[in-house]
Amino acid sequence: MSEQLELLPGYLTAHLQLSLAALAIGASVSIPLGVWITRRPRLEPGILGAASVIQTVPSLALLAIMVPVLAALGAQTTRFGLELRGIGFAPALIALSLYSLLPILRNTVAGIRSVDPALVEAAQGVGMTDRQRLLHVELPLGAPVIVAGVRTATVWVVGTATLSTPIGATSLGNFIFSGLATRNDAAVLVGCLASAGLALLLDGVIRTLEVGVRERRRGLAVAATVVLTGLFAYAGATLALSRSGSGPVVRIGSKTFTEQYILAELLARQIEERTGAATRTVPSLGSTVAFDALVGDDIDVYVDYSGTIWATIMKRRDLPPQRDEVLRTVGGFLAEEHGVHLAAALGFENTYALAMRKDHARELSLRSISDLARVAPALEIGGDYEFFQREEWRALESRYGLSFGYERSMDPALMYGALANEEVDVISAFSTDGRIAAYDLAVLDDDLGVIPPYDAIVLVGSRTAREHPQVLSALRELDGAIDASTMRLMNQRVDGDGASPSEAALQLLSLVRDEAR
Amino acid sequence: MIRIEALTKRYDGVAVVEDLTLCVDRGELLVLLGGSGSGKTTTLKMVNRLIEPTSGCVRIAGRDTRETAGPLLRRNIGYCFQQIGLFPHMTVGENVAITPSLLGWDEGRIRRRVEKLLELVELPVGDFRDRKPSALSGGQQQRVGLARALAAEPDVMLLDEPFGALDPLIRDRLQASFRRIRSELGLTALFVTHDVVEAMILGDRIAVLEAGRLAQVGTPRELLEAPANDHVAELMRTPLRRAAVIEDLGAGPG
Repeated sequence: MSEQLELLPGYLTAHLQLSLAALAIGASVSIPLGVWITRRPRLEPGILGAASVIQTVPSLALLAIMVPVLAALGAQTTRFGLELRGIGFAPALIALSLYSLLPILRNTVAGIRSVDPALVEAAQGVGMTDRQRLLHVELPLGAPVIVAGVRTATVWVVGTATLSTPIGATSLGNFIFSGLATRNDAAVLVGCLASAGLALLLDGVIRTLEVGVRERRRGLAVAATVVLTGLFAYAGATLALSRSGSGPVVRIGSKTFTEQYILAELLARQIEERTGAATRTVPSLGSTVAFDALVGDDIDVYVDYSGTIWATIMKRRDLPPQRDEVLRTVGGFLAEEHGVHLAAALGFENTYALAMRKDHARELSLRSISDLARVAPALEIGGDYEFFQREEWRALESRYGLSFGYERSMDPALMYGALANEEVDVISAFSTDGRIAAYDLAVLDDDLGVIPPYDAIVLVGSRTAREHPQVLSALRELDGAIDASTMRLMNQRVDGDGASPSEAALQLLSLVRDEAR
Repeated sequence: MIRIEALTKRYDGVAVVEDLTLCVDRGELLVLLGGSGSGKTTTLKMVNRLIEPTSGCVRIAGRDTRETAGPLLRRNIGYCFQQIGLFPHMTVGENVAITPSLLGWDEGRIRRRVEKLLELVELPVGDFRDRKPSALSGGQQQRVGLARALAAEPDVMLLDEPFGALDPLIRDRLQASFRRIRSELGLTALFVTHDVVEAMILGDRIAVLEAGRLAQVGTPRELLEAPANDHVAELMRTPLRRAAVIEDLGAGPG
């Protein structure tokens, strides 16, 4: 818990920066736009409709779609000296700003429409221009409705900002995503409470400001303005500070499961100790987001798996060759196609495996996936979010003729519990997952050799390899340093014993060093 | 002071006001009298350009109103209407001060003007200046409306059934106040009403409108004694007819 609280100021600040910036953009676009369409009623259905469509896009998808959009834009804009990053702050900011449009826009229109026509006539009668009528009559009278829209947007944006973690923007979602993946309920709780608290705080401050202004309670209005200005100033200053940066920082990505968090910490320590360079982890990235981020130079280093590259990046559908052959092919492909360096194969495999409760497998006398295929129609399989979309799954389905009674996508953190509780019969497990032993599961043999080998490989981006060769050589030291049982043990330390990923990484690093000596 | 020349307004080809010519002398109050749909409000709003005429023109003090931008024109024309339209988020004082502030008067002058006007409409300054309109009765609100319309010392006043929504006793008192204010200030005014008695009490002259056309214009006496047509004659007789009914009630059956 204390470790989580240590992270809180940083995550909270990042969350505040993102939310306030998105709201500021959202409000400064939607309020003028809303006013404008009350003057041009014919445009209203079109513009409100467009904002509604944005709103109906699930927030996680809206955030995710910004990554390729910005990457494409980035390729265009670098020519003009502008730098748009594919992952991180920029895409999250744009998505959240878009998300805040509708409530503010709709309430601005409604607020101005709600003004009594007699008052509009009176405003004209006393000699106000259109602009004066807007400023002195329509906006002040519509303000409660408009501010209600801003408050709705505030609560949405602060909540949705937690989903910007998988696209590489630090937020309170870092607690939630890593907490879910490493079975750390305290982290999830801290993330949820902090984000709810922040939403309530901002909502309350804006409400107080509006009431203070409307009822001309000076003290209230001043207090709320001071708090709000303070928050904006703090967010702006810290943002400017983090942008200005301090020397080169090696950015290390990780995906959203325990092993990845541990390995990211491990790489960070190895680089810091061997090269003296500062490091920063960019945790909880979506699987393909991580690779795109490396190619797009948004992160410098991360760990992937040879089979994942083989299947999802190279899109090979043929039967994979032997482990070494896959490793060689993947290494050559990465270097040629993307300029990415395969610095080290860590020495263990973390393959996709189909796992069942041991007693259940025995009862049905299943040992291999071929056995499973016979009874699959009567069984239910659970897989992580991407599993059923992956080439490996398609290969399994077609080669073994697998067809389950029901396929259920769920969070990997919940999969093992669901299997143990007999809510599903089979899951897509990771072979190094400590929970295979902890839950006493049987892994079914891939007797046709369909699943490619999944050597854990350390990938380094082309710019980093070129400009910081010492990072590359520090990472090469880890080649073959970790075996599968050690990795499984470390995963279990986190998932089962409640150790933090960095504690596990520290222990793993000392094991690796002892081995080397 | 006000010259309305061949004024016409058509909506989708249908004339609401047709070829109307009228003039109001300096210091005179001309009533536009007519039923609903007679075009009296449309005519009034064409004078301060809340509605733009289809053809014809309006001159105020010899100047074509089209030469001045609408908002600027309206700052020199007092406008008072039945719904009053006091701004609920402003105090009584702020409501009255609007047009002077739009004209850029200095604060001292505005403050003195507001005090004088509230006195003129018989609302004690100390009691009323800082109240919100919602804390006022209907009659008090229309007194504020009147003060607001008079605030910038306009050349001309336009009043659209200003007392139409008030109960009869309040209405009588406001009419009396208005007559006094008018004679004190020597206002030139165009006053719209459908109430014949009000027209006769307040109007120096009355213009009877019928379906967008001028039926007759003259002093109340001229209209009573020499109505131009049956409609005008009938209209002018309504107060007497009503009075007769009331007198019969007074006489009673026994």
